[in-house]
Amino acid sequence: MATESPLTFYEEGLPGVDISALCGKLIVVEGPDGVGRSTQTTLLRAWLEHQGHAVMDTGMARSALVGKTIKQAKLGNTLGPLTLNLFYATDIADRLENEIIPALRAGFVVLTDRYIYSSIARAIARGSDPAWTRALFGFALRPHAIYYLRCEVADLLPRVVYARGGFDYWESGMDVRLGKDLYESFVRYQAKVMRALDSMAPRYEFEIIDASRPPEKIFADLKSRIDKLLKGKNKKGKRQAAPRKPVAKEVVPVAAPEAVEV
Amino acid sequence: MRVFSNRKFPGKLIIVEGIDGSGKSTQLSLLSQWLRSRGFGVVFSEWNSSPLVRNTTKRGKKKSMFTPTTFSLIHATDFADRTERYILPPLRAGSIVCADRYAFTAFARDVARGVPRRWVRNLYNFTVRPNLAFYFRVSLDVALGRILGGRDALKYYEAGMDLHLSRDVEESFRLFQGRIIDEYEAMIDEFGFKVVDATLSIEEQQTQIRKIVEEELDLSHADSLLKSPWRGFTDGNGIALNLL
Repeated sequence: MATESPLTFYEEGLPGVDISALCGKLIVVEGPDGVGRSTQTTLLRAWLEHQGHAVMDTGMARSALVGKTIKQAKLGNTLGPLTLNLFYATDIADRLENEIIPALRAGFVVLTDRYIYSSIARAIARGSDPAWTRALFGFALRPHAIYYLRCEVADLLPRVVYARGGFDYWESGMDVRLGKDLYESFVRYQAKVMRALDSMAPRYEFEIIDASRPPEKIFADLKSRIDKLLKGKNKKGKRQAAPRKPVAKEVVPVAAPEAVEV
Repeated sequence: MRVFSNRKFPGKLIIVEGIDGSGKSTQLSLLSQWLRSRGFGVVFSEWNSSPLVRNTTKRGKKKSMFTPTTFSLIHATDFADRTERYILPPLRAGSIVCADRYAFTAFARDVARGVPRRWVRNLYNFTVRPNLAFYFRVSLDVALGRILGGRDALKYYEAGMDLHLSRDVEESFRLFQGRIIDEYEAMIDEFGFKVVDATLSIEEQQTQIRKIVEEELDLSHADSLLKSPWRGFTDGNGIALNLL
């Protein structure tokens, strides 16, 4: 549980943007690549609409301003880690100002598949200074809830291989090449991203969801949390139950050699 | 707060700043030609010119899609791409990098648009402090006269029309660029700008600038800088000897 209404910005926020009358709920689903975020957000949207809530869902690189540009830039071979990071910051700012905040003003439940936390974690995994990166994303709105779908890198492997048919260049951090091939780089890169997300959990008050369980169990868990949130049963300041798994445990599956510093 | 990284490079970074119509681009292009003719490896980088980002910025401007925050971020993205590809690697190799506008443009413009000063300074601290920064000081009237002399109309964002300061374009330009000038003036001491009186003749300004560059960068003893392999074929003024 990150905050109760009224919504606030993390830091100084977006200049010229009025957030005084936002009556919707901002819910974030976070987690590594292949953990099942999009499956869950699709299910949640249908369930929320069935309950009579108006839902707007959004996700990375979907902004009108830079969404297409990011996708094109990722096809080329010249996109540097810093530029990628700032592209995502631009994307989130544009969606906040033109989609998320207007929807919240209209009383929607805004369900976002990833938010600033993935961008921060990926930037840190690529060698960015954590304090600089957090300050960069200080313009963002503090959500009502952040559900961090957490599992181990080993749990991601079957999903990536079976559901997607293989490893993606960017999801494997091949731009910073952490291993000899896609597999090795994927394992090390995802472990780095997860360590970064784990370390951010207390600061940003993530609710940690054990994502090593089957999708229907995860869905039931999320439903009951969101149900409480929407019915106002989550009182301000009340902390969530302890995570089911130890947070900062570093697990690198298979015999992958030591991670190389970027 | 630390602004800019403190990394040191064999190369040298020279930048120019000033409002639109101050004549800084003309001066920088004359300077870089002169440096090339002296045999130095010169790389030129312009604000808003990253091949990855430029078209997005153009489209966003054309469709008035920007807010102060996204305007600031897209320019930082453009700058990050140029830093990663065209500014830092040549500096490491020993080039003189000449940049037409630098992070200070964002510090002045974005703050004039209402973006928090602390945030935008943090935003750019991935880049390096220039070895020399020239600020071209010019009055609003002179700048306006030069811009309107060269083309038909003031541009929407250049006049700060997105801020709704005035419905009159020229009045909006004055208010917005006036704020930018205030921001520049306040940065002179903070960042050690060399102030150039941009109402002097082009030749006079260029003479001053070359003198400052020569002295400050100690060009005749700058051993870390790349030198052209064809230097022997040109005289001191950069004119190829075999053409004389």
